[in-house]
This record gives sequence, C-alpha cells and structure tokens, in this order.
Amino acid sequence: MTAIRLPPSTHEPPPPDSRSEERHNPGTRPCDSSAPAYVLTLYVASLTPRSVIAIQSVKEVCERHLQGQYSLEVVDIYEQPSAAKREQIVAAPTLIKRLPLPLRRLIGDMADTQRVLVGLDLKARDDISNPLV
Amino acid sequence: MSEPQRMTQPDQEAFVAGISKCPTGIRGLDEITDGGLPLGRPTLVAGAAGCGKTLIAMEFIVRGARDFDEPGVFMAFEESAGELIANVTSLGFALDTLIDQGRVAIDCVEIERSEIEETGDYDLEGLFVRLGSAIAEVGARRVALDGLDALFAAIPSEAILRGELRRLFRWLKAQGVSAVITAERGEKTLTRHGLEEYVSDCVIFLDHRVSNQVATRRLRIYKYRGSRHGTNEYPILIDEQGFSVMPISSVGLDHRVSRERVSSGIAELDEMLGGRGYYKGSSILVSGTSGAGKTSLAIALADSICRQGGRCLHWSSEESPDQILRNMASIGFDLATHLQSGRLHCHAVRPTLYGLENHLVRLHKLVGSVRPDAVILDPITSFTAIGEPLEVRIMLTRIIDFLKGAEITALFTGLTQGTDPTAWERTDEGVSSLIDTWLLLRMANVKGTRRRLIDVLKSRGMAHSHQARELLIEDSGISLIDLPSNLREPAA
Repeated sequence: MTAIRLPPSTHEPPPPDSRSEERHNPGTRPCDSSAPAYVLTLYVASLTPRSVIAIQSVKEVCERHLQGQYSLEVVDIYEQPSAAKREQIVAAPTLIKRLPLPLRRLIGDMADTQRVLVGLDLKARDDISNPLV
Repeated sequence: MSEPQRMTQPDQEAFVAGISKCPTGIRGLDEITDGGLPLGRPTLVAGAAGCGKTLIAMEFIVRGARDFDEPGVFMAFEESAGELIANVTSLGFALDTLIDQGRVAIDCVEIERSEIEETGDYDLEGLFVRLGSAIAEVGARRVALDGLDALFAAIPSEAILRGELRRLFRWLKAQGVSAVITAERGEKTLTRHGLEEYVSDCVIFLDHRVSNQVATRRLRIYKYRGSRHGTNEYPILIDEQGFSVMPISSVGLDHRVSRERVSSGIAELDEMLGGRGYYKGSSILVSGTSGAGKTSLAIALADSICRQGGRCLHWSSEESPDQILRNMASIGFDLATHLQSGRLHCHAVRPTLYGLENHLVRLHKLVGSVRPDAVILDPITSFTAIGEPLEVRIMLTRIIDFLKGAEITALFTGLTQGTDPTAWERTDEGVSSLIDTWLLLRMANVKGTRRRLIDVLKSRGMAHSHQARELLIEDSGISLIDLPSNLREPAA
C-alpha cells in the first residue's frame, strides 16, 4: 500500500511522501531553520467572494494537515499579471504546489477539501473515487 | 403578417453602412472578403491539422503590426513561443524583431492536464488577465487565439469552459480588437467543439485535399455577416513568402482592352495578322503537332517583347531553361542576354509536381513579382496530366481571365495529336473559344519534303490572312514564305 491515510483529527505531520526522496522532515517537529516541505502559492483574481473562500479553505487545510511545515503565498494576478503568464495560470483560483514534487495545480475555490488533499498528495485518489472507503 | 419580415436593426445598419474591415494583408484574402476581416470583431478559422491555421493567424498579427501599424497579441494554445518564432522565421517574418520593438506580444498557454486537480468552482480569469495585460503591453488592435479549442482537453469542466468562452468572445468585442480564433475542424460540426456557436460574424474554413496524388489546400468563406464575399473555394498556397489565396475566378469580363499591338517577332507573321502583330493583352494559342515549331514561335514573341524593353515570363513545363536557351540560340535567338538583363524570366516546373491550383497560385505570384508584359505557357497540354479536362479548362480560363485583366499578352502552346486534319483544329483543353488569336502549325509532306505550314485559324478584331504559309526555321531565325502555287494544297 502506497496510500497515505491521515486520521481526520490528528495534528501530527504526515509521514514523508513515499515517492519523494526528501528526508529532512523526519516526522516529528518541523525543522526550525530549513525550508518548509510544502511550498504553496495561491493565485487569485482580485478579492472576489470565490477568492476569499479559496484563501480560507487553503489556510484551513494547511493548518490542519501541514501545520508548521508549509509556506503559503497569495498572489493577486490583477496586481501581477506577469506572474500569471510566467506560472501559466489560466483558471482562478489556482493553487500551485511547488514542493514536494511532483508539481500540482489545484483549480477552484478549494471548497472540496477531499480533492484539495488529493491535489496536495495528502490523500490517495482511490479514496475519493470509492466513497465507501 | 401585413408586412414582410424586416431585417433586424443591427443587420440593417451593417447592410446600409457596410461594416468596417480590417485588412489582413494576406494576398488574395482581402479581395475575396471585400476588404478584410470584420473590424473589432472575432473571426473563426476552422480547419484540419496542417491546413495553415496557425499561419493565417500569425500573418494576420505580423502583417498587422508591420504593414498596418496595428500592434497585435498572439496567444498560442498548442505551440511554444520558440516553435512559433522558428516556424514563422522560416517564412520571412521577423517575429522576434516585432516582439523586441514592442509591436507584437506572444503568450503561449501550456496546460498539463495531469497536473490539474479540480477542487471546486472556478473561472478562467487567468486567461483574461494574461490577454488583457498583453493587449495593454503593446496597445494591441489585433488578437489571435491559435488553437483555442485545446482548452477543451485541458480544462476539466466543459460547462465552465463554455461559459467562459462565451464571456471571452464578448470581452474581445468590448476590447474593440479584431480577432482571429483558430480551431480544429469537426466531424459533424464545423469545429470539433462547436466554437462557431460563439463567433457569428465571420467564419473561414480551410481544407486540405489530395486528388491525383497532389495535395491542395483550399479556403472558403463559410459566412461573413453583413458583408459581400466570394463564395467559391479558393486555392491557397503556403510558401517562403507566407500565405496566398487565389481569387482568380473573381475576375469578370469587364477588363479593358487595348488597341496597342505587339510584334510577334516575325515580320511576315505580323503581316498575316493585319500587318501589325498581336493585340497587347490578348490571348494567343499556338497549337500544332510535335516538332512543328510551337516553342520557336513562342520564343519569337518573348524575344520581340524583350528587345522592345518589355519583360516576359516564360513558363515551361517540358523543357529546362538551359535546353531552351541552347535550342533557341541555334536559330538565332540570344536569350541569354535577355535573361541577364532581367527582361526574360524563365520558370520551368513539371506540372505533376503540384496540383493545378498551386500552379495557378504560383503563376499569379510570379506575375506579381516579375510584372511581365507577356506570359508564355509552353505547353498547356501537359496540365491535362494532372487534372480532369474540366478542371484544366477552368484553370486555363482563370489564367486567361487573370492575364487579360492585367493587360498581359499571353501565349499558350498546345500539342495536337494525330494526322487527322479535322483533329488539328480542336484543342484537348477546349479553350479555343477563349482565345483571341489562334495559330495552327502542322507538318505537311509535300512531294517528299516535310514542310512546316502555318495558318491563322482566327484572330479577333483584325483582318487576318487566310492563306497558309510555310514556316522556315533556320540558323538566322524564323521567317514565313508564301507557298509556291504548285505546292498549295487543295482547300481543306
């Protein structure tokens, strides 16, 4: 089994991604000085209600599952259109998970927490496709 | 209903005022669209892969920025910027220069579907922001969205995508930019994803067909609201100078006719033709059996044109220029001088190399660049190898119309087959009715000697000789002599 299961209420950091070679988060407390394991950027198109929902959802998921081991930057593409071009943003909102690899783009208002977890590789895809699990 | 249905208000306005046009600068396209694409509105270009969709979109942008002072944005959904620049540079467009000068902006939209996870509701504002910022960056008046339907493979929700596309087209109109959107053709619909639903102003269809093992691309204006446009399928050609559309069949019968004359290059032949030679801008057919002197007669005209300071385009489909040069030097024509002075332009190409339509486009372009006073097609018979008789006839009609419209004297040679005298006065291509002056060359075996005889079968608008003469082709040149009375045939 490669699927990583997270108990819904635990505040423990997840075990390291089995596909990743990274070893700098041994599974206890986050390293105080090293770069965070999860590098996330959320691109929104101005502060629409949808953007606000997305920002809140991402923050909640991160605090709940990645506390202390993530960095989250929010970019308004209206203020930085060049970033939209550089980062190949088409849909808004888009959350880019740069690290750990592989790179993922989560599009939408992040209201579907299960899919956000899948997108962040915190949950296996099978768990969504089969609701009985 | 007491009154017939009236046109809706916008249609009526467009009809009365004539909608404003945005010239593409693409050869031929502006003619068949009566001035260009609809100004400030989107145009959809649909076609299968390899039809030239990207090129037409790119030329619209590049020519706009370069020739019409209208900066443009090119947004590519299928190719990277590097690929695009490399592809169009090979066509002689300095795209990178235009980008450096801030007259063209390029944005390549690359979406890796496997990276995407859908987590809720979204829109395509990222696309709008990118497009809007690129438009602002160069002050764009033109926009091309190349391969827009690639989004259907990239965006998981078709419902969201369709809603956003509808918004995109509205937004483009509100920006006041003239836009070209390209999309893949569909099986049952015009485009695979039905983009025609969103673009109602102008739809252009590109096609790619192979017949007789020769591929031809064609273009058709599928619809153009509020504008007159040609409805035929027009051949298109993509070569080192880009895209050309061939609107030749749009030429009517209203060309000006000249009263000026052009010497045939043979004094005695001029004599037969009312004393002054061919009419300038007329069409001349020289038909005859093999070896009867058709090419020599054609070259005599070319030589005469060049000697008088004119220019001549010689289109040979059987002999190479070198071969013609050598053979003609042997009968006193110094074509090398004319070639060096640039008055004579030789174009030798096997008809089977391209489709009929491509030959037509090439001829059109050559005439555009050489600007000849006379064009010689030697022989036209060889075109029958690559097309159905009807197609060949249509092509020759187009050529004749086109050259007449441009007041260019045209001389065609045609091979007649067999020994049956009645067959000599027929042409396989069936173009004789379009021809103004028709000369027939034949070999006659008179008392053990083969002699070349020339007849003027017809010559419109002049009193011409009905007497057959003997054609002498000698080291010193070509001349005609009256047949001695004892050699004259009984009237045929």
